[in-house]
Amino acid sequence: MSNEVVDMITVVIDGFEVSVPKGTLVIRAAEKLGIQIPRFCDHPLLDPVGACRQCLVDIEINGRAFPKPQASCTIPVEPGMIVKTQLTSAVAKKAQEGVMEMLLINHPLDCPVCDKGGECPLQNQAMSNGQSDSRFEGTKRTFEKPIHISSQVLLDRERCVLCARCTRFSEQIASDPFITLNERGALQQVGIYEKQPFESYFSGNTVQICPVGALTGASYRFRARPFDLVSTPSACEHCASGCSLRTDVRRGKTLRRLAGDDAEVNEEWNCDKGRWAFKYVTAADRLTHPMVRNASGELQEASWPEAIAAAAAGLQKTSAAVLVGGRASVEDAYGYSKFARVTLGTNNIDFRSRISTAEERDFIASTVVRAKTTYRDIDRADSVLLVGFEPEEESPIVFLRIHKQVRKRALKVTAIASKLSIGNEKLSANFVCVAPGSEATALPSVALTAQSVILVGERACESAGLLSAIAALAEKTGAKLAWIPRRAGERGAIAAGAIGNLLPGGRPVADASARVDVAAAWGVTSIPSSLGLSSDEIIAAVNKGTIGALVVGGVDPLDGENHHEMLEALQKAFVVSLEIRPSAVTTLADVVLPVAAVTEKSGSFLDWEGRSRNFEAAVVDSLQRSDVRLLSMIADEMSKPISLSTVKAASKEFASLGNWDGAPSALSLTSVQTVSALQANEALLTSWRRLLDEGSLQQGEENLAGTARKPVVVISPKRAASIGVTDGEAVRVSNSHGAIVLPVLVEAIHDDAVWLPRNSRGSHLLATFGVASGAVVTVVKD
Amino acid sequence: MADLHNHDIEPTRPDLGLEAVSSAPVVNDGPAPMGKQLLGFWVTFRAMFKKPNTVQYPEVKEPTAERFHGRHQLNRHPDGLEKCIGCELCAWACPADAIYVEGAANTPENTMSPGERYGKVYQINYLRCVFCGLCIEACPTRALTMTNEYELADNSRESLIFEKQDLLAPLRAGMLMPPHPMYPEMNDTNYYKGDVPHAHPSQEVKND
Ligand code: SF4
Ligand code: SF4
Ligand code: SF4
Ligand code: SF4
Ligand code: FES
Repeated sequence: MSNEVVDMITVVIDGFEVSVPKGTLVIRAAEKLGIQIPRFCDHPLLDPVGACRQCLVDIEINGRAFPKPQASCTIPVEPGMIVKTQLTSAVAKKAQEGVMEMLLINHPLDCPVCDKGGECPLQNQAMSNGQSDSRFEGTKRTFEKPIHISSQVLLDRERCVLCARCTRFSEQIASDPFITLNERGALQQVGIYEKQPFESYFSGNTVQICPVGALTGASYRFRARPFDLVSTPSACEHCASGCSLRTDVRRGKTLRRLAGDDAEVNEEWNCDKGRWAFKYVTAADRLTHPMVRNASGELQEASWPEAIAAAAAGLQKTSAAVLVGGRASVEDAYGYSKFARVTLGTNNIDFRSRISTAEERDFIASTVVRAKTTYRDIDRADSVLLVGFEPEEESPIVFLRIHKQVRKRALKVTAIASKLSIGNEKLSANFVCVAPGSEATALPSVALTAQSVILVGERACESAGLLSAIAALAEKTGAKLAWIPRRAGERGAIAAGAIGNLLPGGRPVADASARVDVAAAWGVTSIPSSLGLSSDEIIAAVNKGTIGALVVGGVDPLDGENHHEMLEALQKAFVVSLEIRPSAVTTLADVVLPVAAVTEKSGSFLDWEGRSRNFEAAVVDSLQRSDVRLLSMIADEMSKPISLSTVKAASKEFASLGNWDGAPSALSLTSVQTVSALQANEALLTSWRRLLDEGSLQQGEENLAGTARKPVVVISPKRAASIGVTDGEAVRVSNSHGAIVLPVLVEAIHDDAVWLPRNSRGSHLLATFGVASGAVVTVVKD
Repeated sequence: MADLHNHDIEPTRPDLGLEAVSSAPVVNDGPAPMGKQLLGFWVTFRAMFKKPNTVQYPEVKEPTAERFHGRHQLNRHPDGLEKCIGCELCAWACPADAIYVEGAANTPENTMSPGERYGKVYQINYLRCVFCGLCIEACPTRALTMTNEYELADNSRESLIFEKQDLLAPLRAGMLMPPHPMYPEMNDTNYYKGDVPHAHPSQEVKND
């Protein structure tokens, strides 16, 4: 947008000239001069409403003055405008004081019990722009308080200044218009619809932007005052959107997280998961001491040197491989990547602890490593195509960004999926309905130009041939392509080379000069040249006996389709587990090393764009160590050092390696699988993970879990008629491994498909069915 | 560095008339005359017949001045509910960072104070407190006041960090030990206005 010509307008504010682009509001122009006009309803990312009248100023245009002070948050600058704020105009000052007095008439004396106290725009502006005495002697209006408008947001109507920030946010930004301003006059109040609580994935933002303490978060209620908190800029560890956050810590405990301000990425928003899911860090079952399995087969606490020695000894004995989950920071992933190559002498490393395919791995090496699509490209796109990707559930800030353009200029969105989702409805997406597994067949029908953006999710790999077809389509049309994984660490793990076919910086393992490059940088004679195995292959190799040891970092066996094989492999192999909390891996591991959670360490993630998102340790006095430090210690013990004793060292070395400038590997087309014919009560499974579900990083936060969407089985009207069920009745979905019974929802979904949430309460597909999509299941009335 | 010596930026001092005071050194020029010396001894001699000021503390204890700043106390409403609402304003006002407060929400089963909020953790560190009383001024509910108690010496650091139970006022006649529900038909405003006389029988929590 930088090459667009902008008209500049010069105005005079309080005697100072300032030039601002045409259309700028007076209040913004004043900010540019450092003149702070008091305000409540004004928010730079919401449409102006002029609801609170606190920002009144005197305005004169070409010598003609407005008869009364005007709201500076609703009036754009015009040539010849002379503005006098409260600083130079007695009239403006008096008007502002009057508005403030009116606002305070019904405002309760709640500051001592109010969570906003100490960081409250009303407190602050009453001090800076209000009168010191109140003339009001009547009785204040009271309401019942507080009321839960969702399990995590509380509303205190007495404190509300009716600025409509919350309602505008919900409607304009999140497209969840669950709250409105009801009634008029002194009784005006924020309300929810009777049958629909404020269950929005973005409700936390309203708590953050409410200029008073009318909306508060249940989890932070009465927990601290701003002066108790030490704030650290951080990055969110929950998804690949890459929100910048602020983490507030009191005495070594995270009490809240707020959305950070990053115009390029999350603007000023984030989702409720990023805001409220942080209790897992302080869970009672956090691993705190290293443990080693003793002679009688029990895990026993050990000292660090003992545990490191035991890990080194076990790994030295046999050939080992590395499984690192998609949640590692870039520095940690780089540590695992280097540890595998230098210390273990193998390329057998894979970060994809989820359903993954060989096609996806080739797609990553050929396409993802050079993808340069960004949020800005969505802003400029002529159309957006979503494949295997539900932005609202899987990368909420991408959803907000698309929604912004849909609202602003009716951006065309096309979604190829088996079920129309709530999110896609909000985006008014053109829903191309296909059977699970046949997504690729719908691709040719979508018109794309070089201005279009294709967003493909990690679930695309679950449909054979889809990723390669998309890559070919992007190639042909010139459309911008982005692969958006769900987890925050996946893009960074690719860059760090935590996958069998890539070395750090996107260097193909198969390329000899790339290997020489990395070997020289690492000061080793050579890098193993054979392609590494994938997660599934590594597990198979352990079960066959060709791999004897595993280094496992942050992996949940239940995230893959083959968890029985995985558990068997963990049982067989010598396992070194680096974890923050006990998991199925811990119980089978031989050496358990506790590591730091994101708030306890520094590092960075790469968001889906490949943009670096740095974070500092928010809990500075944590004794936990980052994975990379522990790996470095084990490597030292094995006399094959990786010399990454700090996160800083890892980040510096990784940066010095730079990106591969040679040709990336090519991607060959994988053929699309044909779907077998279905019996009458059979359907093809389709699913995705909901934003709020039973993910392990969301544990311990009941208020957040309370706003999760209710688990349901979704079938088409035709199937509902054929098995004789209506909305709300129980339906049984089963395959040879297990069955799930949930209430049914009849909705727009492909007739051959049945949808269930992948990991919600009562619906754990991978654990129950062993599959999560594309497979045939039986659907009957329960 | 030269800037530091720039006299233009030196703050102007108020005129205290100090110039008039001689800066000449004080010189001892020999013993004083006999008359003056006797006068001095007279002061000493006279004191021998005065009533001594010494108090045989700790055997004897004298009351302090009425407004002496002693140990703090967390007061109760007449029905026994705590006045402290855990607002942390005292902690905020404290110049010595001696107070630590954590608030929490009152629930129907666990009502410690009238209204929504109560002080769950309340500590005053008497190794830090300078007894300035700013916390008392800050307290919006008159929960925090100071007693005249001054015997605050001890031999460990921990014992000088007073917890909430050490600071809470004792239950007086008509009070019930919280948690218990608020006085029937009264809200927090009534409590602040002093409308609650004493505990109501219905406030008694039965442990069955
Ligand atoms: S609840 Fe807060 S954000 Fe919403 S209208 Fe009231 S004051 Fe404004
Ligand atoms: S959108 Fe993603 S990155 Fe942002 S707060 Fe939510 S989970 Fe975190
Ligand atoms: S008396 Fe002064 S120093 Fe002592 S706790 Fe109160 S405010 Fe702090
Ligand atoms: S003692 Fe007073 S100022 Fe301190 S937390 Fe309690 S109510 Fe607030
Ligand atoms: S800030 Fe301008 S009317 Fe509210």
